[in-house]
Amino acid sequence: MNGSRFIMVLAWMGWLMFCQTLVASGEPFRPTDDRLVLERLSFNPTNPVAREIRALRSSLAKNPRHLESAVHLATRYIELSRSEGDPRFLGQAEAILAPWWQQSNPPPPALLLRATIKQNAHEFDSALVDLDEVLSMQPSNAQAWLTKASILTVQANYDDARRACQPLARLTGRHVFLACLADIAGATGESAKSQIVLRELLDHPRLSASERVWISVMLGEIAARTGDAQTADRSFSEILKTGVKNQYLLGTYADFLLDRGRHRDVVNLLQHETRADGLLLRLAIAEQALNLASFRDHVATLISRFAASRDRGTNVHVREEARFTLVLLGNPRQALPLAQMNWKVQREPADARILLESALAAGNRDAAKPVLDWLSINHVEDRRLQHLAKLVQQESR
Amino acid sequence: MRHVLFAILIVLFSQPVWAHKPSDSYMSLIVQKSQISGRWDIAVRDLNDAIGLDTDDDGAISWGEVRTNQAEIASYAFSRLKLQSSEAICAIAIEDQLVDHHTDGAYAVLQFTGICPTEIHGLTIDYRLLFDLDAQHKGLLRLSNETLTQTAIFSQESPTHSFTMTEGSIWQEVRQYLREGVWHIWLGFDHLLFLITLLLPAVLIRKDGQWKAVPDFTTALREVVCIVTAFTVAHSLTLSLAAVGLIWLPSRLVESAIAGSVVLAGIANLYPRITQRRWLMAFGFGLIHGFGFAAVLSDLGLPSDSLLLSLMSFNIGVEIGQLIIVVGLLPLAYALRDSSSYQPLVLRAGSIAIILVALIWLAERALEISLFSIQSFV
Repeated sequence: MNGSRFIMVLAWMGWLMFCQTLVASGEPFRPTDDRLVLERLSFNPTNPVAREIRALRSSLAKNPRHLESAVHLATRYIELSRSEGDPRFLGQAEAILAPWWQQSNPPPPALLLRATIKQNAHEFDSALVDLDEVLSMQPSNAQAWLTKASILTVQANYDDARRACQPLARLTGRHVFLACLADIAGATGESAKSQIVLRELLDHPRLSASERVWISVMLGEIAARTGDAQTADRSFSEILKTGVKNQYLLGTYADFLLDRGRHRDVVNLLQHETRADGLLLRLAIAEQALNLASFRDHVATLISRFAASRDRGTNVHVREEARFTLVLLGNPRQALPLAQMNWKVQREPADARILLESALAAGNRDAAKPVLDWLSINHVEDRRLQHLAKLVQQESR
Repeated sequence: MRHVLFAILIVLFSQPVWAHKPSDSYMSLIVQKSQISGRWDIAVRDLNDAIGLDTDDDGAISWGEVRTNQAEIASYAFSRLKLQSSEAICAIAIEDQLVDHHTDGAYAVLQFTGICPTEIHGLTIDYRLLFDLDAQHKGLLRLSNETLTQTAIFSQESPTHSFTMTEGSIWQEVRQYLREGVWHIWLGFDHLLFLITLLLPAVLIRKDGQWKAVPDFTTALREVVCIVTAFTVAHSLTLSLAAVGLIWLPSRLVESAIAGSVVLAGIANLYPRITQRRWLMAFGFGLIHGFGFAAVLSDLGLPSDSLLLSLMSFNIGVEIGQLIIVVGLLPLAYALRDSSSYQPLVLRAGSIAIILVALIWLAERALEISLFSIQSFV
C-alpha cells in the first residue's frame, strides 16, 4: 500500500469512527410535542394478524399449560419473525414454550419448534439433537425431516441431507420430496438435472404461492451460479412481479444484480429496505459503486448495528459482517477471521465466496484451503467460485 | 397440507435477513460511595409488548403515550430489577424519564438513583425484565466507579450478577494519571508550542553572528537534552509545590504568563542575541508552566490518600508526552537543518507565526476576552 492510499484509508476510517460516535452516543432528550411518533409497530391493532395474535394470546393466558394453543401461537410467532424480519418474535415464541422445555422429555411439537428457533440462532448442532429426538418419537414427522435436511445442507453434510429427504417421498407431496433433493443437487454438481426437476415442479397446478416462491428462488440461484443470467433474471423478476415481498428473495436477487454490475437496479430494488441489515449492506455496496451521497450514512448505520449485535454476544450476522468489512471497509485482514469463523458454522456458496474473496484480498492462500476442498469434493458448480479458486491457485505458484 | 406448508416456509428462509435486532436493554450504573446513579434504556416496542402503550390503537407509539404511561413504565421496569449491596436492598428513586434513539428505534430512558444503606463494596444485581415475554431478551450493563468499568450481560440463563467494587488497584490509578499527563501536554497547545519554539534552533549553532547547521547529531541532542531537562525540573518543582498547596497563583496570571513565555521564546529565536542559554529560559518559564499543570491536576481531583503517587504519575505522563514529541520532531529538524529553507521558513516564519498565536492567547487571557475561537481548542 503506498503512502497516499494509506492516508486515504486512515482518513476514511477516522470518518467512520466519527459517524459511529454520532450514531451511538445520542444524548437522551425530552420531546416537546406529545404527537411526536417515537415508534411504529409492526401491526396496527386492528390488523387481522394482530387480532389473531391477540385472540391466541388471550386463550393461552386462560390456560398457559395447554400445549396445543401454545404451539399454535409459537408457530404463528415464528412465521411472523420470517415475514417481518423481526427476531423479537422468535424470543416471544421461546418464552411461550419455556414451560415444556424445562421438562425432562419435552413433547415433540415443542421440541420441533425449539429446533427451529435454534436453527435461526445458527445453533445448528443443538438443533439437530432436538430434531433427532423428535424423530425417535415420531419417525413420520415430515416437518422434522425437512428441517433436518435443510440444516445438514447448510452444514455441507450433503449425504446425510439426502438421506433426510428420503422419508418425505412417502410422507408428503412428491413436490416437497423432489424440491428437497433438487436443492442439494443444485449445489453438488447436478445443476442441469436439478433445473429440469424444479421447472417441472413449477408446472404443478396445485402449488401454493409460497411453494412457488421457494422453487423459483432455487431455480434462479442455480441459474445464477451456472452463469445462465437470462434464466436467473427471469426467475427472480417474475416472482417479484407477483407482488410477493420476501426478504430472502430480495437479497438473492440483489446479489445477482451486483454481480452483473447493475448497481442502479439494486438501488431501485432496495432503497426502501434500510431496516434489514443484510439488504442495507447490499444497498450500500451499490451506492458505493455509484458514488451516491447516501452511502456514508448507510455505512455508519451498518457499523453501529454490527457493534450492537456484538455487544449482546451473538454472532448470527458474521457472514454479513465479513462481507461488510471486506467490501465496504476494504479491510481484508479483519474480514478474513470473520469469514473463517462463519465457515465453521455454515457452508453455503455465499459463505464459500466471502472466505475465498477475503483470503485472496489478504493474500492468505492457506485460509482458502477448506473452501477449495469443499469445491472439489462436492463438484460444486458455481462459475464465480471456480474463478476465485483459480485465482487463489494461480497466486500460489 | 398446512403442516407441510409451514415446513416449506422454514426451508425457504434458512437464512433470515433480520430487519431488526433482537430485544436488548442498556443499563449504565455509576457507583459513588453508597449511591448509584443509573440510566436504563428500554425499547419502546418492548414496553408496548409488556404493558401496552398504544392507547389510541393507531399502530404507532407517540411521546404523549409514553409520557402519560410513565408511572406504569417505571413500576413495571423497577419491579424487575433488584440492586443489593452487602445483603441489603438498595432503594430506587426515579429521577426522570426521557427518550433516546438507538440503532433499532426509540428507547425510553429511565434515570434513577439507587440509595444503599452503607458504602458499596459488593453489588449484586438481579435483572428479570421481559424474560417471561421474550426469552431472547438481554440486558447489557456497564457498571463503573471512579477507577473501573465492568460490563455484564443479563439473560434468562444468567439473570443475576455480582460485582466487587474494588477501590481500584494502585496500578490502575498510576495508569490513569500517566494517561492524563500525556494527554495534557498534547492537548495543551501552549506547552507544546513553548517547547517546539525552544527546540527549533537546537539543530543550529551560532557562529560569527550567524546560524549554522550543527555538525553532528550529538551536538543537537545535547542541546535538546539540556532544554528538556531544565523545563522538566522547573515545572516538576512548581507543580509539586502547587499540588500540595504550598504556593498558589491566580490562574489568570498563570495562563497569561504561559502565553507570554511562548511570545518571548519566539522573539528569542528571531533575535538570538537576547540569550544564548535557552536552557535557562526553559527553566525560568518552566516554573510558570508547572503552575498550569497543577491547575489541571486539581481539576482532576487528586485523591488525598495517594497524593504523591498520582502527582508523580501525572508528572511522568507529562514527560513521556514531551519525549514523544521530541523524538518525533528532532530527527525531522535535524534532517532539514542544512536545507536553504530551514532558517527563513521554519525558524523565522515559524517563530513569527507562533508569536502571533501566542499574542492572541496573551490578549485573551490577560483581558479575559475571546478574540478568536482558538480558545476552544486549548
